[in-house]
Amino acid sequence: MNDAKKSPLWVGLLAWTCAIVLFFPIFWIAVTAFKTEHQAYMPSLIFMPTLDTFREVFERSNYLAFVKNSMIVSLGATLLSLLIAVPAAYSMAFFPTGRTQKLLLWMLSTKMMPAVGVLVPIYLLAKNSGMLDSVTGLTLIYTLINLPIAVWMAFTYFNDVPKEILEAARIDGANAWQEMLYLLLPTAMPGLASTALLLIILSWNEAFWSLNLTSVDAAPLTVFIASYSNPEGLFWAKLSAASLLAIAPIMALGWLAQKQLVRGLTFGAVK
Amino acid sequence: MSSISNTSPMPSEAGASPPSSQKSRRGKHIKHAGSERFLPIRLLQTPAVALLFLWMIVPLAMTVYFSFNRYNLMSPDQTGFIGLENYQFLLEDPAFWPSIANTALLIGSVLGISVIGGTLLAVLFDQPFRGRGIARLLVIGPFFVMPTVAALIWKNMIMHPVYGMLAFAMRHLGMEPIDWLAEYPMLSVIIIVSWQWIPFAFLILLTALQSLDVDQKEAAQLDGAGPIRIFFYIVLPHLKRAITVVIMIETIFLLSVFAEIFTTTAGGPGTETTNLTYLVYSIGLQQFDIGIASAGGIFAVVLANIVSFFLVRMLAKNLKGANEK
Repeated sequence: MNDAKKSPLWVGLLAWTCAIVLFFPIFWIAVTAFKTEHQAYMPSLIFMPTLDTFREVFERSNYLAFVKNSMIVSLGATLLSLLIAVPAAYSMAFFPTGRTQKLLLWMLSTKMMPAVGVLVPIYLLAKNSGMLDSVTGLTLIYTLINLPIAVWMAFTYFNDVPKEILEAARIDGANAWQEMLYLLLPTAMPGLASTALLLIILSWNEAFWSLNLTSVDAAPLTVFIASYSNPEGLFWAKLSAASLLAIAPIMALGWLAQKQLVRGLTFGAVK
Repeated sequence: MSSISNTSPMPSEAGASPPSSQKSRRGKHIKHAGSERFLPIRLLQTPAVALLFLWMIVPLAMTVYFSFNRYNLMSPDQTGFIGLENYQFLLEDPAFWPSIANTALLIGSVLGISVIGGTLLAVLFDQPFRGRGIARLLVIGPFFVMPTVAALIWKNMIMHPVYGMLAFAMRHLGMEPIDWLAEYPMLSVIIIVSWQWIPFAFLILLTALQSLDVDQKEAAQLDGAGPIRIFFYIVLPHLKRAITVVIMIETIFLLSVFAEIFTTTAGGPGTETTNLTYLVYSIGLQQFDIGIASAGGIFAVVLANIVSFFLVRMLAKNLKGANEK
């Protein structure tokens, strides 16, 4: 709209204002986490920062158990879905048949199923198989809901691998397994890494199945934070400290991977 | 669920060229396509396909089955086929139609806010200015905040009628503070959910915008087109496909908004913030009426299919236009 090199001052001012307004709640979490409970109720930026609240969160609420659950579930589900998705995407990308395209679209369509449509049977199945409030159960659910995204993303990354490399390898007599292990995986590794990042972020923040299927033993951070809704939510400093620790690592990952996330979140339609 | 498989353009747009167009490059594979040699490799698809198939079919079939049966966990001995009675109960539930209206209102509002806000922000952030990279990180930040944190921070620290930031600001301006979640519960939920989805729309649309040919814009400028005309005649048409994708993906997620309602209003006051997802949860997991909850689940699936049918149509038309250009 303006000269490609320079924009008027108001553009920067407006953009920064928008950015600050949108980021404010997160900033406020970060500030309040370093206050005492008493200070937390005052909208002041001038105070003596303290780590006491973090200490209290760790001491009183078994916080690390929830962190552990979140980590096991998101890493476990990510690893499992990659393990299932990468070979599938490999065969779809390099050995396509007439049905491949339909299969991919069908996989995408499974994401259109609203979770609540299967809430009741999944709850009952989990209950009857002893998987209610179990880390294994939640990991399996996350593996399944992320599987289509994993296949799609891995597929688009495999498709970006230059075909000449493959031809060359095949002329040299490499078989399919060698091809996959020594050629494709290394070439597609950055793409697969960002696939993994997206899956970790999605699993970490998932809050429908975790709220419905876990309560104590397998509860991840999403459920733990929800427990502050009443009446502990009145302890704003603790809520903030616990929240900050829960969102900071995943936000850092998201920031690092922002470019690649677009591809994953849009099933490759925008990159 | 089947609606989408009738249309095909998505993967080809996805940079995932359809098999047919690769015949020239991959003649070798096509020739061997039916041969035994590649069979073991195709079998690699089996676990993914089988698992997804089970995940789709088994629970859905169970939901359908339960929806035609009397089944309440509180009185487990009374079971049996009751036809459409669960659906009738559901339709007569005073919370049902409000929940449909709330679902539509929530999806519609958040879509409107996030798409318009996201587009404007993307255009703004397409201009060069000092610290753009950092400002951009700040804007997309909210997308990575887990829903329960987002909901509670807004409820307690921003919208609280006494100590919240908004109350503080309003008192400073000499206004009476508002008890957001009590007086405007649905609006509050819409604000919270929009806050999470504006960054998503922004990120996707900015990425799409950056692939716009600079020459095209410069040529239009030389021809004397103002910023507004450039926006409507060049930028917006370019963003059409990305906007469609954003609408589609957000709709899928927004149909299932749950944690934000669960942690802030629990569907209330009354049924003012009960959407279909929350209603099914409360019938099934709070009142333990599996039959009626399943009927509600079927409604959600049908609703999602209607939405995805139209959206995929829209997307397909869009893609076709882009391909022919």
